[in-house]
Amino acid sequence: MSSVFSLQRLFAMLIKEFIQMRRDRITFAMMLGIPLIQLVLFGYAINNDPRGLPTALVALANDPYSRAAITALENSQYFKFTATGLSPSEARTLMRKGDVTFVVTIPSDFAKQAEAGRPNALIEADATDPAASGAAVASAPVIIERAVASVKEKNPSLKQDLLRSSTIIHRKYNPEGITQYNIVPGLLGVILQLTLVMMTSISLTRETERGTMENLLAMPASPFEIMCGKVLPYLVVGAVQVAVVLTAGRILFHIPFQGDLTLLIGAILVFVVALILLGYFISTIARTQMQAMQMTFFFFLPSLLLSGFMFPYAGMPGWAQELGEIFPLTHFLRVVRAVMLKGADWSEVSSSVYALFVFVGVLLILALKRFKRTLD
Amino acid sequence: MNAIEVTGLTKRFGQKLVVNNVSLKVKSGEIVGFLGPNGSGKTTSIRMMCGLLKPDNGHGQVLGYDLIKDRLRIKSQVGYMTQKFSFYEDLTIEENLSFVARLYNLAPIKKHTTETLEKLGLLSRRKQLAGELSGGWKQRLALAACTMHKPKLLLLDEPTAGVDPKARRDFWEEIHRLAADGMTVLVSTHYMDEAERCHRITYISYGNLLADGSLHDVIASAGLHTYTLTGPDLEGFIPALQADDGVQQIAPFGNALHVTGTDPQALKRALKPLEQHNDIRIEQAETNLEDVFIKFMSDSTDNMQ
Ligand SMILES: Nc1ncnc2c1ncn2[C@@H]1O[C@H](COP(=O)(O)OP(=O)(O)O)[C@@H](O)[C@H]1O
Ligand SMILES: [Mg+2]
Repeated sequence: MSSVFSLQRLFAMLIKEFIQMRRDRITFAMMLGIPLIQLVLFGYAINNDPRGLPTALVALANDPYSRAAITALENSQYFKFTATGLSPSEARTLMRKGDVTFVVTIPSDFAKQAEAGRPNALIEADATDPAASGAAVASAPVIIERAVASVKEKNPSLKQDLLRSSTIIHRKYNPEGITQYNIVPGLLGVILQLTLVMMTSISLTRETERGTMENLLAMPASPFEIMCGKVLPYLVVGAVQVAVVLTAGRILFHIPFQGDLTLLIGAILVFVVALILLGYFISTIARTQMQAMQMTFFFFLPSLLLSGFMFPYAGMPGWAQELGEIFPLTHFLRVVRAVMLKGADWSEVSSSVYALFVFVGVLLILALKRFKRTLD
Repeated sequence: MNAIEVTGLTKRFGQKLVVNNVSLKVKSGEIVGFLGPNGSGKTTSIRMMCGLLKPDNGHGQVLGYDLIKDRLRIKSQVGYMTQKFSFYEDLTIEENLSFVARLYNLAPIKKHTTETLEKLGLLSRRKQLAGELSGGWKQRLALAACTMHKPKLLLLDEPTAGVDPKARRDFWEEIHRLAADGMTVLVSTHYMDEAERCHRITYISYGNLLADGSLHDVIASAGLHTYTLTGPDLEGFIPALQADDGVQQIAPFGNALHVTGTDPQALKRALKPLEQHNDIRIEQAETNLEDVFIKFMSDSTDNMQ
């Protein structure tokens, strides 16, 4: 029996890990629950381009121009008039209470000003969450101008010229176009990172915390066997999660899949191995499961912010971009977005995949170096 | 051949000297008791002997293998039962045993596991989670698991702490059975009655080895003389006795007081005043192990200060 590696002992470790994983209901629930919950939350609930925001209407005029403007605003789906026929002060009270996000005021001279080419509706927005109201506010002037123009067209005697500026495209302000298409592939990376790093680091620290590591080390299990015994089961967990996210993304959000599936799976595999090794490395430093958890989050949060998942990478200052490079997630996001959404091939993503390989190599060395055969 | 032969084992954790120059010889087939108060370095010494900790200093052999170079080979032939239960509480009894059988490559796994379960008397409960077992059963499971691969040397770290007296006796009978089959056993404990069940005892205190030998040797080497006092209201005499230089320690044993000292003349002088009291009986007694240990403990706390 070789002292460094024996399949028999690895097999012993694997069986034990799978039994423990199966018995640990919470881990099991996390494995499937986190991907689904995050997917649904980010995919449905967290929307950076919200529609149907509650709006109060203060209409001080009733003429074809104002009626057209109001209908156009409503048709844009950004605004949903939940309160009408209010006085200006009533409307403002509603906004203070948070019942409405916008107050649209049509002044009494709206028709006269519209005919002069200066439709002067007032839109007040609750800007406490700029992201929530930004797109709607940006689009409102255009919507109103268009509505006014269409009324004027029916009356050729009026001057038409002042309305040509009405073709602004509001999406310009959203360079990476944050929609579900962009978020779901990103979520794949985030979910894998959160669950795999945490579960691996916790599962090994648990052995230290419960004292079973001492026993394991006293028996003839080598560090390499213990490491493989811990790493391989989580590879399976990762595979299940990938399948869940990709299938759900397809079914729930109709995410297009442009690229090569083999290439994507290859990149995912390298990323997952890097994550598990990172979890393993954390567990060689942390003494308790609590510490392992804290270290996971210490790593998780900045990577979320700097990887380009939350904020467009291109929009970050140079130092932040450089900092972002030290997270495997940054490189993984580039690959997964390019392959899934843009149909990129190997030559276009190879540098990011190589970066992931570098993480694997470095973490493997660190993990094996830190793992101790003794309890010192 | 000696199963354990180590010299000058020393271990520091940071600045703290936990094991100081400990040398130990254990003959094959012996049951050796490893005694000492809490925190005296028993666990640390045992861990060094089974290759779990690297000694800062010292060398020696365990089962003929070098303590430093052959740690892996030592591991495969030593059974180590940790102080705290360290099998998997979320695995069943059977799963734990087959895990161990697989790690030691004991083919066929099923046969070894079933035999061990039978011997333990846990065959019918084999699907029960190990975490649900009582303290006594956990200890027996752990002992069975770490002797499954028939080690030549068994290291037991306080195996009976927190276990009821009946289970303790059963446990010791099992240890004697294993020793009769040729296994060498080193067992740490701080129960006196368990020390008396060993062929030889070793006493360690704050990292220093203080005594080593048979029960009689250890008691004799302490050089103590003991008197037993019986009678009413003995407590009243304790302050005066304590103040006397001839008396080293006073320990109540049931209704009696054990008064011990190293100098027999001085001890006698100290007890003289009590002879006037007719209702108090003063008898010379044999020093027992507990008296000796109490002396060791008070001596070494003096050293600590
Ligand atoms: N890994 C460690 N790091 C630091 N101190 C330790 C460690 N292990 C044990 N000690 C200290 O060494 C001393 C001896 O411990 P131990 O060998 O467990 O004694 P015993 O088993 O006799 O109760 C104790 O004071 C303990 O706190
Ligand atoms: Mg101990």
